[in-house]
Amino acid sequence: MLLFLEQVLNGLQLGVTLFLMSAGLTLVFGIMNLINLAHGSFYMIGAYVGATVTAHTGSFLLGVLAALPAAGLVGMVVEILVLRRLYDREHLDQVLATFGLILFFNELTRILWGRQPLFMDVPALLSGTVDIIPGAPYPAYRLAVIGVGIAVAVFLYVLITRSRIGMQIRAGASNREMAGALGVNIHLLYTLVFGLGALLAGLAGVMAGPILAVEAGMGESILILTFVVIVVGGIGSVRGALVGALLIGMVDTLGRAFLPGLLRLVLPASEADGVGASLAAMSIYIVMAAVLAWRPRGLFPAHG
Amino acid sequence: MRSLIMTAALAALAAILAPGSVLGADPVKIGMVTTLSTKAGYLGEDIRDGMLLAIQQGGGSLGGVPVELIVEDDGRDPEKGRQIAERFIQRDGVKLMTGIVFSNVAMAVVPKVVRDDVIYLSPNAGPSALAGKGCSENYFNVAWQNDNLHEVTGQYVADSGFGNVYMLAPNYPAGKDALAGFKRYYKGEVAGEVYTKLGQSDYAAELAALRAAKPDAVFFFLPGGMGINFIKQYSQAGLSGQIPLFGPAFSFDERLLKAVGDSAVGVINGSQWNWDLDNPANAQFVDAFRAQYQRTPTLYASQGYDTARLIGSALAATGGDVSDLAALREALRKADFESVRGSFRFGPNQHPVQDLYVREVVALEGGATTNSTKAKVFSDHGDAYAADCKM
Repeated sequence: MLLFLEQVLNGLQLGVTLFLMSAGLTLVFGIMNLINLAHGSFYMIGAYVGATVTAHTGSFLLGVLAALPAAGLVGMVVEILVLRRLYDREHLDQVLATFGLILFFNELTRILWGRQPLFMDVPALLSGTVDIIPGAPYPAYRLAVIGVGIAVAVFLYVLITRSRIGMQIRAGASNREMAGALGVNIHLLYTLVFGLGALLAGLAGVMAGPILAVEAGMGESILILTFVVIVVGGIGSVRGALVGALLIGMVDTLGRAFLPGLLRLVLPASEADGVGASLAAMSIYIVMAAVLAWRPRGLFPAHG
Repeated sequence: MRSLIMTAALAALAAILAPGSVLGADPVKIGMVTTLSTKAGYLGEDIRDGMLLAIQQGGGSLGGVPVELIVEDDGRDPEKGRQIAERFIQRDGVKLMTGIVFSNVAMAVVPKVVRDDVIYLSPNAGPSALAGKGCSENYFNVAWQNDNLHEVTGQYVADSGFGNVYMLAPNYPAGKDALAGFKRYYKGEVAGEVYTKLGQSDYAAELAALRAAKPDAVFFFLPGGMGINFIKQYSQAGLSGQIPLFGPAFSFDERLLKAVGDSAVGVINGSQWNWDLDNPANAQFVDAFRAQYQRTPTLYASQGYDTARLIGSALAATGGDVSDLAALREALRKADFESVRGSFRFGPNQHPVQDLYVREVVALEGGATTNSTKAKVFSDHGDAYAADCKM
């Protein structure tokens, strides 16, 4: 039971990280109708800038504060220079161009920072463990990640449902021509939304820095999960991204944790370990297929 | 595809023109297929830099014979590796080849080139298929058979009195081989045997299960970035001080340690070499490498350096003649060079018979960490597949 609760917490933490990534991507996808494979690159830029600034100043907070605008700015520049030319093109063109951006950013980080992964430590304040469930010490830093994720979810909810710019975002998502005709500056709105998405990806990246290896190409492994999340949640819906992220985070974590053990009940141990590991790796895709069979537009489709 | 003909070529030219050298002889071409791009690119970089150092120390020659090292990047892609090897053979007439980092690339390249009467010297990969039934008299392994570094760790864990070990490896062939190699010498209880997704980044679920299984030691094989992730998260979960961690040297080379920080301190890892091994060849190599590249060499660099010096010993014996393959093989088999590992000779399958050690990651002043040799575990250790090799 104790172990199960701890694994639920792990699933929550993975889900929250996925939410930060997918919130921005789903907005871009839903509002601009743009497939952006380079979203993982903003995650990587966040982690690299955060690790570099933290190493030079010794302050994790400064690292985060530098990483956010860096990722957001790179995102806006990319939107203005590259993506604007792609809005009216087919999805295949967008996939090709943004895939090119992945290669570009990966090679650029290798040129700027070298091939060796960077080091980023947990801030001293959060380096210990907390007995949040008695008997199962949990890393304080991971709890902080969960907290930041929840705060961002609340912030996005208020931004989109309560603010003027949120109203424009929703208007742009439902009917972009009409919103433009009513005087919303769609170009500016797109740049801002894209910048916000990149900034959130950068936040996810810099927070992953102390847990993961900061290396070129780190964005791609999480990008695949992010796409699964927004397909499950419903393209364009931030609420869908939140539910999808938590669902995928839980399924992936609990599958890895308990599937091999469950299979041992019916299979010999040596086979169960291998089959269980493979099945756990497939579990999120099985969930995605099931959701799509039940609700082809995802759990919370943005456009009625 | 760009071909990086290294400064070695120029240096070789200078050596030819210098008085007293072999007049008019073309430099011996050595083809190096290696991984320089992708995340793992630093492995090929270190092997190459080790070789270039040996060539540079010889003034553009190995064993007094001018050489030209042709380096191309395989991008960790077996198909690309095969194409580069074919080009080396057909375009450049290469008779000596080396450089491959990964076993899957080696399996695509080596069986083919040794059939084409090319001698291949492996500076890193040692798949079991090439050590046993698939061995060849044109194939020499100068690093280790893949299982060796797991075996030495298994023996040390058993010797240290641990009897309930939790094991992790990625769910792919090399991961399963790693745990098999470990268990060849560790015969105690298995608290858990977990295969993770290849390329996995978050290990929170595995760590929670590991803690619940209450093992007295943990053995893991997670090369590259996976290992960095695992070690950092192991430490953050508060497990470092509680359950000792063991693994092969691949997750603890000097360049990876920089990315792990303090989290790795105290980890014991199995290796055939370390920068602090006390022998004259090694002291000279480590000093020269640090002076040249401003970093401490990794085991990969030491393997590149040894490979180059082995080639040098054979070229010296044949007077630079690579057309008589039988003579060249005979000279290579003698392994008449001073290895930076101390003792080194070839077994019947032309794989190393060498001493194997465990190293401990220790903190240095100023926050950096490094490996310190802890104990010699095996003397003159060969591999488990040599008996299957019929040459």
